[in-house]
Amino acid sequence: MAAKLTSPGWYRALLYTVLGVAFALGLSAGLRAIFNLDPVYAWQSWVTIALLMTPLFFLAGIGCFDYWWRWARGRKVVDDHADHGAHSWRDYFKVNTDHKVIGIQYICVSFFFMFVGGLMAMLVRAELAQPGRQFVDANTYNGLFSIHATLLIFLFVIPVFAGIANYVLPLMIGAPDMAFPRLNALSFWMLPLAGIIMLLSFLAPGGSFAAGWTAYAPLSVHQPLGATFFTVAVQFAGASSIATALNFLVTIITMRAPGMTFFRMPLLVWANFSTSLLVVIATPFIAASQFMVLLDRALGFNFFNPAGGGDVLMYQHIFWFYSHPAVYIMMLPGFGIISEVLATRARKPIFGYRMMAFSLLAIVVLGFTVWAHHMFVSGMQNWIRIPMMITTAIIAIPTGIKIFSWVATLWRGVLKMDTPMLWAVGFITMFTLGGISGVMLAMVPLDIHVSDTYFIVAHIHYVLFGGSMFTIFAGIYFWFPKMTGRMYNERLGKLHFWLTFVFFNLTFAPMHLIGVQGMPRRVYDYAQQFATWNLIISLSSFVLGLSSLIFLYNMIVSWRAGTRAVANPWRSLTIEWQVSSPPPIFNFDAIPSVVGGPYEYGVPGAVHAVFKGAEVPSPVPAGVDASPTPATEH
Amino acid sequence: MGEDTRRGSVTGRMWATLIAIGLVASAIGIALGLSIRWFPVAGSTIAHKIDTFWDVLIIVSVPIFVGVTTMVLFSIWRWRQRPGEELLDGPPIHGNTKLEVVWTTIPTIIIAGLCAYATILLLDIQSAPAKGTRIINVTGQQFAWTFSTVENGKKIQTNELYVPVGEPINFKVRSLDVIHDFWVPEWRLKVDAVPGITTGYSLTPSRVGNYQVVCAELCGLGHAFMRANVHVLPAAKYAAWVQKVTTPVGAAAVGAASNGSASVATLGKQLFVAGNPSTGTIACGTCHTMKAAATSSATGPNLDKALAHDPASAIKDSIVNPNTEVVPGYAKGVMPVNYGKTLNTQQLDALVAYIYKSVHRR
Repeated sequence: MAAKLTSPGWYRALLYTVLGVAFALGLSAGLRAIFNLDPVYAWQSWVTIALLMTPLFFLAGIGCFDYWWRWARGRKVVDDHADHGAHSWRDYFKVNTDHKVIGIQYICVSFFFMFVGGLMAMLVRAELAQPGRQFVDANTYNGLFSIHATLLIFLFVIPVFAGIANYVLPLMIGAPDMAFPRLNALSFWMLPLAGIIMLLSFLAPGGSFAAGWTAYAPLSVHQPLGATFFTVAVQFAGASSIATALNFLVTIITMRAPGMTFFRMPLLVWANFSTSLLVVIATPFIAASQFMVLLDRALGFNFFNPAGGGDVLMYQHIFWFYSHPAVYIMMLPGFGIISEVLATRARKPIFGYRMMAFSLLAIVVLGFTVWAHHMFVSGMQNWIRIPMMITTAIIAIPTGIKIFSWVATLWRGVLKMDTPMLWAVGFITMFTLGGISGVMLAMVPLDIHVSDTYFIVAHIHYVLFGGSMFTIFAGIYFWFPKMTGRMYNERLGKLHFWLTFVFFNLTFAPMHLIGVQGMPRRVYDYAQQFATWNLIISLSSFVLGLSSLIFLYNMIVSWRAGTRAVANPWRSLTIEWQVSSPPPIFNFDAIPSVVGGPYEYGVPGAVHAVFKGAEVPSPVPAGVDASPTPATEH
Repeated sequence: MGEDTRRGSVTGRMWATLIAIGLVASAIGIALGLSIRWFPVAGSTIAHKIDTFWDVLIIVSVPIFVGVTTMVLFSIWRWRQRPGEELLDGPPIHGNTKLEVVWTTIPTIIIAGLCAYATILLLDIQSAPAKGTRIINVTGQQFAWTFSTVENGKKIQTNELYVPVGEPINFKVRSLDVIHDFWVPEWRLKVDAVPGITTGYSLTPSRVGNYQVVCAELCGLGHAFMRANVHVLPAAKYAAWVQKVTTPVGAAAVGAASNGSASVATLGKQLFVAGNPSTGTIACGTCHTMKAAATSSATGPNLDKALAHDPASAIKDSIVNPNTEVVPGYAKGVMPVNYGKTLNTQQLDALVAYIYKSVHRR
């Protein structure tokens, strides 16, 4: 038992968690005693400090810092790769440095929060099925839609893309792992903690965090304790995101296989390169905004209190300087997935590959110049609305290039219309709608009327559900054979697509109309004139929710008992398909050498990469000497 | 040979059919888009301009969506993989510079046109109000609106908005606590009420009728109920209304009562119906139904029922500490908790006495 409590793992993690809570109590009470504050045992102060400290104790307990700590003290560190790779299902519940294990951990945890957040959406729709109060009060309702959005944005869309890329990207560029495997593990383990903190806010006295995922000050400052849970959870999700993005950038820049120039990289790699730039530059801004709210709440700072010299609009500027780029953080990796799926399924090179890559970079740059289009009615200076409208509309041009190029990729191909392909073409049409309503919203005179209405709710769901979510499903089905070594059930996959596609539209399309007609968002009661549409929307949303259970069933049953997958069931050219399914523990028995573009379908005898084994001089970028090449290890 | 024809390029006839389908589908889409009644009635002079802009956006958008969808569906119809083609690849087309220039240029032109239109329209909407424009101060607080203006040299404060039709109005919008948003959907304009600064807009109501101010920015538990009635009146009726509220009898009761000259009952009723915006006291009648005061809102409990058996002390407690005991079916935290602070003893007693008398009479 003593050994269990001193070695990395769940026992030590639980012990440290208890210590963390006790430490927070001691720190809170100690400081209050020193400064003569009454009462010494103030539970709000204790909880706030515990929220910040305990996750760090847990991470230490589970074993995220053991190697670094030993190394820092000058102790002998053994690179025996004991924490690398999964040999049983138990290894998925431990700190693991294998990017493939971490990828699966990311994806499973993200989908867990997707189902929890989705369930909250079902409760929101149940409450809205009829005017008047159905079964939750205003406080619970505000909490449900706030946590729904928070979970799906910070705990699902952003991390599930990081998970898919974690699994696929090192394989795609011919790398044995990510550049910093231990940092990768730490990034992952911060994620479930952020999600749990977010959910725990429902237990906070005064109810959960309920100021919307945008958490506008001063409302979020004045809320009960639940809002503190949000500000802290965002810090951990954000830190996880930043660390992963750094990891991707270093991996992509330094660990590409010989011969893989930037313009031979698959577009998924380009997409994650662009996304990681956005994350590294933008995410610190939301961290700052939430720390400012936390300081206002906990220590009486006046960042957002006009009576104390604070500035209310400042919150929105800092928040959106992150949260608009975050829209692209939630979209660009999906663009990458779609490009992979379409090229393989249409048996054609991606049309205009270079423009596809450049338009990603254009979106990165333009994405930082449009944040105030979320603030056209915020009361900021009037003149800034026109330049922000123009930059916003300009983003439609690179985005349009991508959509048209995908359509041109379909042209004259040999289109295999299986599940990933259905999601991909479904994405193209639905995302076009989301893009169009986006251009409409950029137009200030119209935006003034539809701001904060259901038109916005419709738009963001066309972009994040019809957009991001469809690409996520495409990617999960596409790489399922690679990740699990099994094939998914094609019929169930198609059923899942068609149910989702139809009921997605029935749920969200009418929201455009009731928004323009004047139904504001984030209300738990509404005028009688909107009753019919809301009932239709609610009923459709229930079917939409149920359709995700088909996906869940398909994934679980196929993972356990699907037919065995061959190494390359899709006859793809990219490197991840040239190794076994699932790949060997260190990815490659021989480092691949890249000799051509990634999508040379239709070119007779074209190959993207060859495996020449030890003859290929292996690149030794800075910092990877600790992870031995597979040749020396096995 | 048949295989080759099917997999080959698109014939001239096919192109013609494809373009025809695209045009017809676009026409149907546009007709459908324009026939839907999207907006509430146009209640201000700028409303129809925004509605027209929306129609233009529909006309531009539909063909883009139809174009993309038609091409996708056509490709699937013509080139989907059929049995026996499992090992076939498409032609290695890497791009086409001309085509890429075209689909960069056309959206650029569309975007430039829309931005120019929107800019001109926006400058029109936000053009500065003429000198002498009637100013109405709008103040938001959780969860009610207060409107104040000056007519004939006298200040008028109300919890419902009264405006004359056809005259420009400059709204100056403020907030006492968190961010709210001042929006009358029929007028098409909205702006946040931001603590610490004054925001606003100008417009001219063009249609007589009763509308609602809708709070459009999440402001807490009562957000969904933060509504206020808007009365757009013909000039004569507006003048009559001004006349009525500026005559000393009812309207000045709040101020006068502090001089001790008005009856307690008048003061109580006045507070119940109109509140006291200068101190941030929201009128009880904004949210509660009570027969004697002729108020009919259902946001809060019906006082004739909820308080029918309560002694005066309990009514007083419910006003000062609204969250201690909440009528089943209603949420805690919606009713303002500041009545104990904003009302002085005399006002509170007058209000309690008035409510007690009103709900207990047979």
